Amino acid sequence: MIVIKDLHKSYKMGSNSLHVLKGINFSVEEGELVAIMGSSGSGKSTLLNILGMLDVLDEGSYTLDGVPIKNLNETKAAQYRNKFLGFVFQSFNLINYKSAMENVALPLYYQKVGRKERQEKALKYLEQVGLREWADHLPSELSGGQKQRVAIARAMAAEPKVLLADEPTGALDSTTSYEVMDLIQKINDAGNTILIVTHEPDIADMCKRIVHLKDGVIVEDKKITQVRASQYV
Amino acid sequence: MFNKDRWKEIVEVLTSNWFRTVLTAFGVFWGILILIVLLAAGKGLENGIRSNFGDIATNTMFMWTQGTSMAYKGLPKGRRFTFKLEDVAAIRQKVPDLRFVSPRNQLGGFNGANNVVRGIKTGAFNVYGDYPDIINQDPMGITSGRFINQLDIEGKRKVAVIGEGVRASLYDVGEEAIGTYIKIQGVNFMVVGTYKKNSNDGNAEEVQKEIFIPFTSFSQAFNQGNNVGWMAITANDNSSITQLKEQIFTVVRENQKIHPQDLRAVGHFDLYEEFNRVLGLFKAMRWIAYFVGILVLLSGVIGVSNIMLIVVKERTKEIGIRRALGEDPWSIKLQIIMESIFLTIISGMAGISFGALVIYLINYFLASNGPIEMFVNPSVGLGVVLVALIILVVSGLLAGFIPAQSAIKIKPIEALRTE
Repeated sequence: MIVIKDLHKSYKMGSNSLHVLKGINFSVEEGELVAIMGSSGSGKSTLLNILGMLDVLDEGSYTLDGVPIKNLNETKAAQYRNKFLGFVFQSFNLINYKSAMENVALPLYYQKVGRKERQEKALKYLEQVGLREWADHLPSELSGGQKQRVAIARAMAAEPKVLLADEPTGALDSTTSYEVMDLIQKINDAGNTILIVTHEPDIADMCKRIVHLKDGVIVEDKKITQVRASQYV
Repeated sequence: MFNKDRWKEIVEVLTSNWFRTVLTAFGVFWGILILIVLLAAGKGLENGIRSNFGDIATNTMFMWTQGTSMAYKGLPKGRRFTFKLEDVAAIRQKVPDLRFVSPRNQLGGFNGANNVVRGIKTGAFNVYGDYPDIINQDPMGITSGRFINQLDIEGKRKVAVIGEGVRASLYDVGEEAIGTYIKIQGVNFMVVGTYKKNSNDGNAEEVQKEIFIPFTSFSQAFNQGNNVGWMAITANDNSSITQLKEQIFTVVRENQKIHPQDLRAVGHFDLYEEFNRVLGLFKAMRWIAYFVGILVLLSGVIGVSNIMLIVVKERTKEIGIRRALGEDPWSIKLQIIMESIFLTIISGMAGISFGALVIYLINYFLASNGPIEMFVNPSVGLGVVLVALIILVVSGLLAGFIPAQSAIKIKPIEALRTE
């Protein structure tokens, strides 16, 4: 599903440049649930941004579902993001003047799906995350866990190939974190490919594979036995 | 572009901070209001001046003799001469595109002695010997009876058409004037009609105190032979008297044996030229109104642009999210520009409407407090409103352009990082 070869990325900081990713080789099969771990500055967010086409790579190649991702202009990148990827952010990033349903319907709107179909689909995904009756509420009326579930519903709404989650539990307490992880595991069980960036070991243990990043290189890549979040809920 | 969601969002964004939106809108509102009011005031002044010209055919020139200033063909300079009926015939024959060539004779005049008598009443009036055409050049409303006609001319009938002012001085209130006789310098004329002229000028009173008699009767009664005192010449609508007048002078100079270069022998007053000069003034005034109005509007538009920049700044994160979710950058750009145009048009429409109200009120007060000299019916045409709308759309576009550009300039990843 994802194939990355010899990926390099550096940032220019004035006169000196910061080499963040130093040759990453990495691939993800369909249906995997991968945790990317590492301390601050290890390059894990940068890797996720490149995977999410929010940032461009300097060297190497990136292939997503057989499509080489390179030399994208903004319009093309937006199309690919919309078609291939779903994003879940640490700070939820819901649009605060739109209701839960409208937030979930947004990616479908960008796909130019009709209004009625959009609403039906949005409600379906809200139902999956257990927030059907909160459809008309604004984000400000929801709890942190609920917001993140709306964000996950939104990421799923466009039926992406890969779900990218950047510290999805970073702003949540542990009970809520496990609820969210339970949801993510269920989505993964349904066959979706998911990448999670986290620095919390217990969250990483709930994935099927852990990739450790340190100073811009992969130091460890192992498959693990998944801890089900449902047992904590 | 015209889907419901987009409009919903525009309204949501603009109503999220009412106070700011209204303040911003006020700049555009004010600009367009000033543009409309300035144009209307200019129009009011123009209408006032136009009505001062009265109903007179404006494509007209008046021509009289002044004495030669150059010797020619053995004739001395300083020679006095008079137009003859032959001059009139020659002009009609040789100069094309003339609608009316009216020879006129005149008795009396400003501060003249009493020259008209009826019974024991007397008065001093201008008495004109005229052809029937004159009513088309110097229009008047016939209030009773008729005007001079061709039969009067041919029969040299001693008939007169008198102004309402003349009637007021020579007749008692309610007395029938038609069919009665008045004595003009000792010659009896029968009154066959009365008139009233339209004029907003200072001489409104004066122009009602005139008497028109057939040109031929005038010549016979007052020993003018075939002399012509002066002429009123009107050109056809599609040509201008200002261009034709040189040809007319040439004909007159030939006929009267005047030196071709003698410019002072024939005096004239070109109403058309005068009228055009005034119209030119109004054209200039209109340009000034547009100039000032658009400059004021511009400051309003800059205000809109400024606010849109702030809105974009405030929504940086949201724009980042939306781009991460896959919104086309063009769609974001379009959104910002449409917000800007929408705000501009709404406030501009409010300005136009309020301007219309102001004009209505001015007209209302003009109507209730009597007319003001030189200011009649200030108004703007539909054309002006259309131009104003076009200006609004263009300025909304300009106001939204820079903010829209800055909205998509920032990368989605940076936009997402902002708090």
